[in-house]
Amino acid sequence: MQKRNNIVARLDWVTVILWLVMMVMGWLNIYAAVYNEQHTSIFDLSQRYGKQLVFIIAALVLAVLIMVTDNKLYFFFAWFFYGIMIFLLLLVLVLGKEINGARAWFEIGSFSIQPSEFAKFATGLALASFLNGRRQSSGLDVMAPATAIIVVPMILIAIQPDMGSVVTYFAFFIVLYREGMSIYVFITAILAAALFLLTLMLGNVPVAAGLIVLAIVVMLVTSGWSLTLRALGILLPAAGVAFLAGHYLLELETSGIIVIAVILAGLGYAWFIYRLKLKMPAIIYAFLLGGILYLFTVDYAFNHMLKPHQQTRINIMLGMEEDPFGEGYNLNQSLISIGSGGFSGKGYLNGTQTKFKFVPEQSTDFIFCTVGEEWGFIGSVVVTGLFVWFLLRLLLLAERQRTTFVRAYGYGVLALFLVHFFVNIGMTIGVMPVIGIPLPFFSYGGSSLWGFTILLFVFLRLDAGRTEYLG
Amino acid sequence: MKDRFASRKYIIVGLILASALILIVRLFHIQIVDKTYRVSAANNALRPVTQYPARGLIYDRNGELMVYNQAAYDLLVIPVQTSAFDTARFNEILGITMEDFRERMRVAKAYSRRTPSVFLKMISSETYAVLQEELYRFPGFYVQARTLRKYTRPVAAHLLGYVGEVDNRLIARDSYYRSGDYIGVSGIEKSYEEKLRGSKGVDIFLVDVHNNIKGSYADGRYDTMAVPGTNLWSTVDLSLQEYGEKLMLNKTGSIVAIEPATGEILSLVSSPSYDPSLLVGRVRSSNFAGLQADTVKPLFDRALMASYPPGSTFKIMNGLIGLQEEVIRPTSLFSCNYGYHAGSLTVGCHSHRSPLNLPDAVAQSCNSWFCNAFRNILENSEYESVQEAYDRWREYLVAFGFGNKLGIDLPNELPGFVPARSYYDRYYGKDRWKALTVISLAIGQGEIGATPLQMANMVAVIANRGSFYIPHVIKKIGDDGTPSPLFTQRYTTGISPQNFEPVIEGMEGAVNGGEGSTARGARLDSIIICGKTGTAQNPHGKDHSIFVAFAPKDDPQIAIAVYVENAGFGSTFAAPIASLMIEKYLTGRIKRKYLEDYVLRVVITPDAKEE
Repeated sequence: MQKRNNIVARLDWVTVILWLVMMVMGWLNIYAAVYNEQHTSIFDLSQRYGKQLVFIIAALVLAVLIMVTDNKLYFFFAWFFYGIMIFLLLLVLVLGKEINGARAWFEIGSFSIQPSEFAKFATGLALASFLNGRRQSSGLDVMAPATAIIVVPMILIAIQPDMGSVVTYFAFFIVLYREGMSIYVFITAILAAALFLLTLMLGNVPVAAGLIVLAIVVMLVTSGWSLTLRALGILLPAAGVAFLAGHYLLELETSGIIVIAVILAGLGYAWFIYRLKLKMPAIIYAFLLGGILYLFTVDYAFNHMLKPHQQTRINIMLGMEEDPFGEGYNLNQSLISIGSGGFSGKGYLNGTQTKFKFVPEQSTDFIFCTVGEEWGFIGSVVVTGLFVWFLLRLLLLAERQRTTFVRAYGYGVLALFLVHFFVNIGMTIGVMPVIGIPLPFFSYGGSSLWGFTILLFVFLRLDAGRTEYLG
Repeated sequence: MKDRFASRKYIIVGLILASALILIVRLFHIQIVDKTYRVSAANNALRPVTQYPARGLIYDRNGELMVYNQAAYDLLVIPVQTSAFDTARFNEILGITMEDFRERMRVAKAYSRRTPSVFLKMISSETYAVLQEELYRFPGFYVQARTLRKYTRPVAAHLLGYVGEVDNRLIARDSYYRSGDYIGVSGIEKSYEEKLRGSKGVDIFLVDVHNNIKGSYADGRYDTMAVPGTNLWSTVDLSLQEYGEKLMLNKTGSIVAIEPATGEILSLVSSPSYDPSLLVGRVRSSNFAGLQADTVKPLFDRALMASYPPGSTFKIMNGLIGLQEEVIRPTSLFSCNYGYHAGSLTVGCHSHRSPLNLPDAVAQSCNSWFCNAFRNILENSEYESVQEAYDRWREYLVAFGFGNKLGIDLPNELPGFVPARSYYDRYYGKDRWKALTVISLAIGQGEIGATPLQMANMVAVIANRGSFYIPHVIKKIGDDGTPSPLFTQRYTTGISPQNFEPVIEGMEGAVNGGEGSTARGARLDSIIICGKTGTAQNPHGKDHSIFVAFAPKDDPQIAIAVYVENAGFGSTFAAPIASLMIEKYLTGRIKRKYLEDYVLRVVITPDAKEE
């Protein structure tokens, strides 16, 4: 009994209240999004707000259940949860029900459950457990297995394919950053992403040409005239050979010819580098070759591995494509409803854009449209502020832990909420591509609400027991 | 354990704040700075105005227009966008009363306060012209252009069908339709709905609080064009159709005429009929109720749905099957002593010379001959039992299209009825029935039922000497189109071509033969018509008159089945009507005015009791 009271006293009530406030605000907005005159009873289970009320009550029960469990459970069973989760992710590929082209759901009776929502929790626990007890290190010995823990479920979810959930898994790299992953990994990743976006916007050949010019300029600056001319002297004949062979014999496209030219030039150039022990030109060449291979690979991947609607979303985001009837229409409607909210909004239940069902997925992924339209800029800032408060509170809790386990888990939870928050609101206002992920505690849906509640309350439970020895 | 990277928490705090800042800056931009997204805080809105495409036109086989469109206007209302206005003037323009106005507003609000619903349907062009000028005074109301069907001649109502409003069940099932949309409900309008309807477009307008359209939203980038419906070319000859309906005036029954070489339906008459324009526009529902209440059932499409016993016309079938099964020969002679007698059973026959061969038996419609033939078919020693022989006999009928829907491209076709072996087993006990038990099938009476369409198809098979195409009413979908591939597939019936000749000879004799031939009234000097009369027994009243025929004998252009209810023998009315139809179609004019007058003068009031 003493211990139980302890937990109630030690529970971080600030977070709990933020959680409750967000769920209530979310429910009010779902009510507004699907509101019509025919169904006004809030307990109407044929309507989404009626169902969401049930989901919220279940979430409260779930929260209490988690609080009465032993906190050692999560520490000792972290790998067990992870194993079960991997098994379920495999199982859903076989037995799952296909909804919207993704085999991501188990159907049990009239309910559908998405294992990837719960997989985040298990991945967070396993990652935290792995990092716990190891010396903090930027080295591959720690970071490579840690990355594997994150990537395995990502791959399984990518097969479904549920790209929205895959994106959220990148959140765990924030945990790795906090625990020591080299900043250069992130810089490389950002460069790679930039190169990718440039390729999509400008086309692969201009970007490849740009990379070659850049390499020559850098060479000129770092190594001087004579070496640069010599390098060009090798590159130009190599390009000639590549063009003749590639164009007439192999009938390759321009991209293939460029790759062959750079590789041929590299073979010729290797001898110089070796003889003259040229360090800088070697690095420049390595970057050039790597960059060119990378950009053609991602270009291929984009065009052949992503689904057309995903390509469209990214293209629209980049302003590459106007798609008046499809994705662009949705985003535009979303912008109109949020934009038309103005400073103080149109008032609760008075949104016009949302009422005419201009915006798709109004109560799930696009719930923020209702916030923006009916509560205006003020409401939008309040919601954003709530999330910031909530995220900083989680950071504070994570930082006050004694064990790496709880801290790493806490950062995982924080990072997932951060990604959902930024990507979801970002997509409704056009700063992110349209990726179908929910806004935590606001969007309609049982799986996501319970998934987020489990994530949060396991952390709060661990935090409440932070003075206890975990073993 | 030492936390070497503790300072990284500040970077993460920075990340959180930066994320929020990006969102807030962007929100500030779209909600406060950028006015293009803001359609002012008052209830300014986008108004999607559906663009209804014109429904496809329907032409007849000679390219003559049958169905086209005329403009009409629907007045729509969005209740939340209305405000106080001069209702007296409003009602005056529309010609409605205050009570009517209140009721319509109540209905519209009950449907939805925020989505548009139809306030008044199908306003005339004149009213629309007045209303359009003053519409700015009535916020929340707007007008949507629609099209209504119009017919060049008041005929072919059953064939063309009509267009009505979609019901809620259909809206729930098919997302294309919205409340107030029109859909083909029967006939060609229904079976070719997806071709005829085209696809709706939408124009999105910006509308201010004064109900003024301020312009196209985003320069029309999100508008979609309406695609007009596809035009259809029917197989029907409109003049022949009109003539058939004229001949059937004041009579109950139907005419089905088919081009044997293609299966194209030349005319499809069901009488009594109605003017198709009765079921268009605002008068549709009241007229529909009237037609539905009419005791002569003008809405009932007898050509496809009425199932009658085929009577003596069915002797042709038994002749063909007997020849194919080699249980009779063209030269087989059976005697007739005022009927067929077997034990206590007698099937009566009229007076004629005896014995007869097959052609003469067809020409003179001898009951006795076909009872003998049918008995030979069922008591064929090739089969183990009568029942097996019966199964085989039934297979031939099914191959001719009896007992099942033929698959015409019109809704509501019925299958008729050819009893299965199990049907008799149920009545008489398993295998406890004999040829004599079902002997009435020999002369097309008893349990068997066939629609006029099936009978016309049977004649088409005979005209083709053994094969047919599924009868259809549309030959071209689209201006350069083709018919549905279903209708270019040839079906065979399992009867060898040479077996048709003696039967056709008999049918020729029935019309053109000497003494004792049953249908000499159908004779045409210039063209050899082959036909067969029939009388369908009618338990409810006077028998139905039936005649089936094709012509010319050696290059058949038309196969026809005519039913006249309660008209007695086939020779009395059905044969002359069929003959006139053939003359009209093949020669383009009627020489035999006396025969036409005879048919037109007659009024046959149906004496069938209400079933």
